[in-house]
Amino acid sequence: METVIQHPLFAPLVITAVIIAVFPLLAGYIVLVERKVLADIQVRLGPMRVGPHGILQPIADAVKLLQKEDIIPTEADRALFWLAPVIPAVTALTAFAVLPFSGHVVVTDVNVGLLLIAAMSAVGILGIIIGGWSSNSHYPLLGALRSSAQLVSYEVALSLGLIAGVMSAGSLSMLKIVEAQRERGVWFVFDNYGLMIIPFMVFLIAAIAETNRLPFDLPEAESELVAGFMTEYSGFRWALFFLAEYASIFVIAGAGVTLFWGGWLRPFPSWGWLDIPLNYVFPVALFGVSGLLTLRLAQRLKKYSSARAAFLALVGVGVALVGLVFLIPPVNAAIIGVFWFLTKVGAFIYFMIWIRGTFPRFRYDQLMNIGWKVLIPVAMGGLLLNAIVGMALA
Amino acid sequence: MDVPLFLIFAAIAVACGVNVVVQRHPITSAISLIGVMGSLAALYLLLGGEFIAAVQVVVYAGAIMVLFVFVIMLLNAGAEGRSGRSWPVRLLGIPFLVLLLGLLSFVVQAYAPKTDRVVFGAFTSGGPRDIGKLLFTEYLLPFELTSVLILIAIAGAVVLARKEID
Amino acid sequence: MPSSYPEQYFPIVLQIAIAMAIAGAMVAASYLLGKRVRNPVKDSAYESGMVPVGTARERFSVKFYLVAMIFILFDVEVVFLYPWAVVYRDLGLYGFLVMFLFFDLVLWGFYYMWKKGVLDWSEEPPRS
Repeated sequence: METVIQHPLFAPLVITAVIIAVFPLLAGYIVLVERKVLADIQVRLGPMRVGPHGILQPIADAVKLLQKEDIIPTEADRALFWLAPVIPAVTALTAFAVLPFSGHVVVTDVNVGLLLIAAMSAVGILGIIIGGWSSNSHYPLLGALRSSAQLVSYEVALSLGLIAGVMSAGSLSMLKIVEAQRERGVWFVFDNYGLMIIPFMVFLIAAIAETNRLPFDLPEAESELVAGFMTEYSGFRWALFFLAEYASIFVIAGAGVTLFWGGWLRPFPSWGWLDIPLNYVFPVALFGVSGLLTLRLAQRLKKYSSARAAFLALVGVGVALVGLVFLIPPVNAAIIGVFWFLTKVGAFIYFMIWIRGTFPRFRYDQLMNIGWKVLIPVAMGGLLLNAIVGMALA
Repeated sequence: MDVPLFLIFAAIAVACGVNVVVQRHPITSAISLIGVMGSLAALYLLLGGEFIAAVQVVVYAGAIMVLFVFVIMLLNAGAEGRSGRSWPVRLLGIPFLVLLLGLLSFVVQAYAPKTDRVVFGAFTSGGPRDIGKLLFTEYLLPFELTSVLILIAIAGAVVLARKEID
Repeated sequence: MPSSYPEQYFPIVLQIAIAMAIAGAMVAASYLLGKRVRNPVKDSAYESGMVPVGTARERFSVKFYLVAMIFILFDVEVVFLYPWAVVYRDLGLYGFLVMFLFFDLVLWGFYYMWKKGVLDWSEEPPRS
């Protein structure tokens, strides 16, 4: 009996442990990539001090945050002030449980997987409201109010976008959604003669708003609300809010990739002859070229500091070696799904950063008007249109 | 495995429910209510209603609690003062509670039909597909009536809020 | 792949438990590690360096409340759409018509809201 219970739980437990152990690091590096990409867009260098080209910056940030002084305002409601950052962190990490990194690498697959992600993002909002309210200060309260009004407005549009995808998939289980795309031989963005692009765009815009990113980052608009609902937070409690934000970015990107971009499937999943170029040549080339470029950077760094250059060269060689791993067929078969999933999620996140670097922030009334008067009608129209076309095709 | 799981989540639900009443600040009560909703979702899941469990979290813990917290903030409701209760209330409260619980358990014992034990995982038709099939065939009328209810609720919300604004 | 309910859902419960433990541990670690020097000015609410004015327990526009109410109604609508989307390919035209009947009543509600100006955010609510 013991072994019967333990056996099926073993794999999920390992994956959970890996996700939770790796995630803070991953979030740190998403922040670093974001800073670097934004710097590049603004013709700056971004973090350069900690480690060669700033590659150790996230670790330094984490150590700094742990040592920061823990300030609780006198006026704050202490218990709730403690509780608030825990809520979004727990909900965001829980949503990871149903994200399929590949056909095998998934904590668990349930019939209501997509709904679970929606539920977790809905409950996470409470953390923001409670955080802003419990601070008992003007800026956090205003930030929390705006934030929750924004989140609830865009959540309807987000759900309507998701539902259009579910119509094509015929299931809410994350694994079955991807399997449906394999069977139909098409990523759902291109389904219904390409009309699914409408729900996908709605989803994308709503996803950016749901994760409080520019141009929808009104809740924490620095120029008017200091830091919104996080104003009174410091140290690791603040970091927990931050971590939750990046976790939910990853989760929402993962949900979008699973539903619209074929999850762990490679491009053109039904064309067998593309197996070699896409599953072998592409990853090897990607890692190989990245490794070589890193080596070139290291060479240029040599005249300033040989120790830093050596470290960077080591990183470059490591990256190139990861690429070689893809040449071993059994290993390739095991990790190629994860590779494609993470590549697509990376592209999704890059796109979100790109948008952040390009668009100015909306005014609050514009934001609410866009949500209710543009996005929701478009989402409804897109849903009905896809329902009709999808039915004609079936 | 089912009985301990049921007892755990039932205990959490009851404890949170009691806390809703006991807490004097409305926000704390509201947060306890989230605990009640969450453990109710777990109980639905134990019965096999996975779709209902997820919807419970989306609608109750997500949407309705946001509204509750908003209302509490809107009304600016502070902690309740402790009102001095009169002595008959204090004297009779506990015996009446015991009496009520006894009566309830007697009624449940006597009139609830005998059913089979529920086993976690035995009932598997609570997924979205089965719900969808039933909802759009057998329970079509209630489903369509729900849209009328939503329409009325929208009208009601608009009228009430207009009155507030004007 | 695990197929029975207990096998599917225990990992989620585990994940929630571990996530809670990690989040709690992080908060506790920051409580234990950071040094604390308290003084009344530092512990007062942040108002861009000024002495805080009044309390933050103030009333705010009823519009936020209205948005939350409408959100619930649309959320309920969306929740009904999920099972429909799952079985929509099996039901075909019948399913579409049945859903459209539901959908268009909600659309009328949406239209009513729009015309009544509930969705106008830029307009200042007249003060009484």
